[in-house]
Amino acid sequence: MSAQTVADKVDRTDRLGIQQPRLPRLAPLGIAAGAAVLAVLIGVLGGLGSRIQWGLIAAILFVVGLYVISTVVEGGRQAKDRLATSLVWVAFLLAVVPLASLIWETVSKGIKVTDGYFLTHSMSGVVNVAPGGGVYHALMGTIEQVLIATVIATPIGLLTAVYLVEYGRGALAKAVTFFVDVMTGIPSIVAGLFVLSLWIMILDFGYSGFAGALALAILMMPVVVRSTEEMLKLVPNELREASYALGVPKWKTILKVVLPTSIGGITTGVMLAVARITGETAPVLLLVFGSPAINNNPFDGGQASLPLYIYQQWGAGTSASFDRAWAAALVLIVFVMILNLLARGIARWKAPKTGH
Amino acid sequence: MKSQSKIRYRTAAGILALSSALVLSACGSDDNSDSGDDKGGSGESSAAAGGDIECGGSGELLASGASSQDNAVQQWVADYQAACSDVTVNYKPVGSGAGIEEFLNGQTAFAGSDSALEPEEVEKSKEVCSGGQGINLPMVGGPVAIAYHVEGVDELVLDAETLANVFNGEIKNWNDEAIAKLNPDAELPDTKIQPVHRSDESGTTENFTAYLNTVVKDAWPDEADKKWPIEGGQAATGSAGVSSQVKQTDGAISYMEISHAESNDLATVKLDTGAAEPVEATVENASQAIAVGERVGEAPDMALELDYATKEDGAYPITLVTYEIACDKGNKPESLDAVKSFLGYTASEAGQQSIVEVGYAPLPAEMAAEVVKTIDTLS
Amino acid sequence: MTAPPTDKETPAPPPSQVLLSDAKGSTRRGDKIFSGLSKGSGITLLLIMAAIAAFLAYRASIALADNEGNFLTTFEWDANSIPPKFGIAVLAFGTVVSSVVAMVIAVPIAVGIALFITHYAPRRLAAPIAYVIDLLAAVPSIVYGLWGALFLVPHLVGTYEWLDRYLGWTVVLSFDGTAPRSLMTAGILLAVMILPIITNVSREVFAQTPRLQEEAALALGATRWEVIRMTVLPFGRSGVISASMLGLGRALGETMAVATVLSPSALLSAEILQAGGGTFAQNIAASFGESGQFGRDALIASGLVLFVITLVVNGAARLIIARRKEYSGANA
Repeated sequence: MSAQTVADKVDRTDRLGIQQPRLPRLAPLGIAAGAAVLAVLIGVLGGLGSRIQWGLIAAILFVVGLYVISTVVEGGRQAKDRLATSLVWVAFLLAVVPLASLIWETVSKGIKVTDGYFLTHSMSGVVNVAPGGGVYHALMGTIEQVLIATVIATPIGLLTAVYLVEYGRGALAKAVTFFVDVMTGIPSIVAGLFVLSLWIMILDFGYSGFAGALALAILMMPVVVRSTEEMLKLVPNELREASYALGVPKWKTILKVVLPTSIGGITTGVMLAVARITGETAPVLLLVFGSPAINNNPFDGGQASLPLYIYQQWGAGTSASFDRAWAAALVLIVFVMILNLLARGIARWKAPKTGH
Repeated sequence: MKSQSKIRYRTAAGILALSSALVLSACGSDDNSDSGDDKGGSGESSAAAGGDIECGGSGELLASGASSQDNAVQQWVADYQAACSDVTVNYKPVGSGAGIEEFLNGQTAFAGSDSALEPEEVEKSKEVCSGGQGINLPMVGGPVAIAYHVEGVDELVLDAETLANVFNGEIKNWNDEAIAKLNPDAELPDTKIQPVHRSDESGTTENFTAYLNTVVKDAWPDEADKKWPIEGGQAATGSAGVSSQVKQTDGAISYMEISHAESNDLATVKLDTGAAEPVEATVENASQAIAVGERVGEAPDMALELDYATKEDGAYPITLVTYEIACDKGNKPESLDAVKSFLGYTASEAGQQSIVEVGYAPLPAEMAAEVVKTIDTLS
Repeated sequence: MTAPPTDKETPAPPPSQVLLSDAKGSTRRGDKIFSGLSKGSGITLLLIMAAIAAFLAYRASIALADNEGNFLTTFEWDANSIPPKFGIAVLAFGTVVSSVVAMVIAVPIAVGIALFITHYAPRRLAAPIAYVIDLLAAVPSIVYGLWGALFLVPHLVGTYEWLDRYLGWTVVLSFDGTAPRSLMTAGILLAVMILPIITNVSREVFAQTPRLQEEAALALGATRWEVIRMTVLPFGRSGVISASMLGLGRALGETMAVATVLSPSALLSAEILQAGGGTFAQNIAASFGESGQFGRDALIASGLVLFVITLVVNGAARLIIARRKEYSGANA
């Protein structure tokens, strides 16, 4: 299609259609407001108790209303465009609502018992029914388990990524790449079952924080590999070649040139992986036994963990324990978010200065 | 020398992280008793009981078993821990079956169970108790309360047949005639009945179904079983789970240890057993039922058998007796002293009184004395 | 590979130092050790995967040998009774239903959000919104579970009664007003959880739509929707499919959120709004605490099935992505 014909076409549509009537700019807003009012009316008059319903009705009214009005005023094609636009907006709002609700519930309910006492005391000697007690033992347990998992998973993950990017050729590398991808999708409970079957049932070690850490390490490895791989690929080949040209052996090039260059991104990846496994409950539930008291030894005896603590307090089913569950959820979310923000901060701070 | 300074910087960061971890680990506390009445779990009872406890052994005392006695054990542990800081008691409410199995595998020092050991389990226990066998020590009783949540109904009387029909789905609404007849004064709403049962295997379920099956066989033909016999309907895991479900749902009814009903402020059903007055699910009435029960275990074993169809005044028929199971001889030497000391406390008068406030029935005094004597002979 | 050299951050050792410290032999040894180490790590990962399959299969075989029921068709899960009788029929059904519900809800919405971020949102808002969606992904599943059990379940009763009033005749959507701890609720919760995964991958794919194609369509007078329908969606289709399958993999294996929301039962029922049901992962979490040695082996057997299913789904998703990369030549 030559430029001439395109221009022709544009010209023709111009003559034919572009002057057709359009809705005023604020019309969608007006219709949205109308739909909301109508939905509330329907909700109140129809005696619908749930706010979720009101929202749904409003959304449907808005989408349908805008479509109909637009069809009448602007014609079918524009109406379809409007419909798609409003559907996309609705989709976005639908996603924000649960997140907002979840954060609101957790913060408003969690803040009640979250205080210095809660953060520095264990559950030792506190019965489920009674208020009081704290989350300290679980926090320490989680920190230790996650640290151990990180210590195990990071070197293996890093080296695997180095292998894939710097050395890997042929079938083995392909297989590793594929299985790393697949491993990312292993359900966390399956990792827990694996450690249970091997470590506890066959090798006959007891429940411990370390067993939990092993499962977490399995979940963490593929994530570290993936992110490190991406980062290593970003290191320009010129750097490697410059280093080789100076007679530096490959392993030293990797250690002293490639890794330092990408260390920011790698750290970010590791921290995001840490954030992910911090919230894992299922494998921990199978492996660490849990404990109401502080146990700072991850290698011996039952240990608590923050996600497990939430599950147990939820399971205890009293209002005092629900309060504790929400508070622990708040602590966990804050902990994970801090890790996330730190990771992103490092990413920004250490980002390779590209693309001037 | 950029790289060197970098290394130094990293080492410093590492030391900082390590030391902050140490600082963190130093500031936490297991001691929840200092907080007085508003925060701590056990409050005064622990202080009062503290004097009577004979401490023994050290280290971690690992035990697991019935979840029905979880609240009682938590109370005991709170008391015991206040007096004996050398021993850390870790009881995990995994259920009677798993508790017994862990005990038989030698993973725990004692087990808690809602039912006495089966003969084959006794046989198997001889492996782990070198020179002895596992014995049942009744330790705590408790009424299995029928807790319900119906807006506007604070008192409710049911008999065994109505109860069976509520749980098998024959009676669907709270204003059903059968319920109304037993409760002429109550204003029963037209709410749907939502019976909640235990999804896991449990001694509580076994006890409750045994009661229904013994007393009203026609309405409840299913034999007593740890697993709930009817499919479908609302279910939850653990006594705490069903209790919180009842709490959250208007129209719900379920069976659970009285302590779990009390911890959620749930109203409980009074049972029309044929006694002069409908019997309330209270610890006294449960103790009464235990007192009229029969000992079937041979010394030193102390297994009991209760009569579900009892018409005694003030005896609540759905009563659960929870046993602690340990070896009579051949307990693990590293935990023997701690076991004797802890169980000795739980069976003592102070220990038995301490659990009344969390909703458990103390053993009749003679029986408790017998248990204490038996515990003294453990080796 | 277009990044310019970042010499500021790469303290390459001066050549003299290298020559002094490394005789030729040690260089080679160093290389050998290092490449061996990294290769070894890669092999370790493969071994872990193999070990997972092997040990799960081994323990599962112990359980399956003594199973009185048919593992595939038995409804109940009585692994701890004597004789043990357990099967995955209900679990498989529940896993599939809850995941399908999650996909039906999440995929359109996720595609919508991805389009919103790439094509509709005001430019200044796009990045923060993408970040918010990322946050959704960072919330631990147990927190979703807590929220689902204590907030979502009671708040869905009204909606379900409404569905029942108009669509109850379909049986599938009938509802009797009891607490909706059902597969549908689990599906809705799962949808919220997999939304960010599908959104993120779809977003990246949509953003790669060749700019020229879009502009050409716009120049032809197409509305924004027509541009999307004619250029963005066809280009992104395989990406959306693989994104959905990644989400599906997550939904199939999600444990805690389902375990807290679902009322466990051994009933296979088409009424998905009604309480009851089970999934592989939920059953493992719920039954584990009270299982003995044999019961655990049985749970491991069900875990093995879950493992294989997620393996297949994830593998398929990755293959689709890989093939697409080869076609488009992007991301060499």
